[in-house]
Amino acid sequence: MTEFAIETSDLRKTYSDGNEALRGLTLQVPTGSIFGFLGKNGAGKTTTIKVLLGMTHPTSGDVRVLGLPAAQQSASVSIRRRTGFVSEEKDLYDSMTVEEITRFTAGFFPRWRADLEVRYLRAFDLPVARRVKKLSRGMRTKLALLLALCRGADLLVLDEPMSGLDPAVNEEVLQALVRHVADEGATVFFSSHQLADIDQIADHVAVVDRGRTVVAGPLDDIRASYRRLQIVFDRDAPAATLRSPGVIRTKREGRVLTVFASGGAEAIAAEARALNAASVDVMPLTLKEIFLETVNASAEVEN
Amino acid sequence: MIFRPNPSLGVPIYLQLMEQVKHAVETGALRAGEQLPGIRPLAEELVINPNTVAKAYRELEHEGVIELRHGAGAFVSATAPKSKKGADAVRLALPIVSAAIEKLRGKGLSDEEIRRLFEAELAGLTKTGAQHD
Repeated sequence: MTEFAIETSDLRKTYSDGNEALRGLTLQVPTGSIFGFLGKNGAGKTTTIKVLLGMTHPTSGDVRVLGLPAAQQSASVSIRRRTGFVSEEKDLYDSMTVEEITRFTAGFFPRWRADLEVRYLRAFDLPVARRVKKLSRGMRTKLALLLALCRGADLLVLDEPMSGLDPAVNEEVLQALVRHVADEGATVFFSSHQLADIDQIADHVAVVDRGRTVVAGPLDDIRASYRRLQIVFDRDAPAATLRSPGVIRTKREGRVLTVFASGGAEAIAAEARALNAASVDVMPLTLKEIFLETVNASAEVEN
Repeated sequence: MIFRPNPSLGVPIYLQLMEQVKHAVETGALRAGEQLPGIRPLAEELVINPNTVAKAYRELEHEGVIELRHGAGAFVSATAPKSKKGADAVRLALPIVSAAIEKLRGKGLSDEEIRRLFEAELAGLTKTGAQHD
């Protein structure tokens, strides 16, 4: 088994209409991880997923999935055979029943896991005789996930799997993903706008913006290093910028300087005190705040 | 389940889990020789990443709080940091903390200010001695 289930370097994709969807995207998804892939709409998430699955060709750059070069036709066939994919649309044959589509899908995958099929039909409480088009949105998601989980895939690629689910179904889906990684040693790569979900189950994350990776790494390391500093002065905050490494964004408002930092909070606090700050508060950040701050900082650099 | 990490705290989940295990040992909720939940069942129960649970257990073993016995699971080690004494230490600390808080309130500080002072001190951010004024 390779160290990384997915590895891209300097991936670029320019569509024929001139849209630069990917502009040097670098990703390393460790085998056996649950990897949260974050970004605003239009940041390049879906294009990345299409490239990973060989559904579109990158303009340049390297991409390896399960150790295979995904840009090559023959390799991408093997990749898709070993990967479970759930798209945001959850494309399923509407006229089949749950039972029929399960049998139909099983026929394509020699490693189909009948044991998991039984487990998830029961755990997800899916009505086997009902036609797919009659399923509720939550059931449709659970069915799409079941079909992906049961094929014995080494890698699950999920594009916004949780959109529109009620909290109970949402938790069931998260539980199924955690169990799949724990029991089967599979890798889960999922994009989501539900930052709380990623916060809960991911161990690695990447934030993409405008086709580039702006934050990437183990989520616990990111939680431990990103901080907001609120620095208060007796007079107007000095215009001099803080030079300590880790400063990503600084906002001056009267006597208050708010600093968003990717690390090195202690050195930044010391630097602020050297500027005669009256008080320095250091606060941890939620993943949501880290996401919003880095995406905004990246927009400021561009403009 | 006595463990409940909160992802939105901005503190690494494995550290939260480690603290909760240590606290359980200190209060006697877990005693020497008792078995902890397995990595997979605990990850599934808490719906958190199994790698995170594994990391917490590895670190706890490194600190001598638990022992990982191959194939058998995780157990509170016999030499786990003085469970009874730990509970006593926490009990003894309480009057010191409440006295300090009362004193600070007496000086006109709000609870929020006191909380921030404690947090900053614990984070090691005031060790240069540069304080207010």
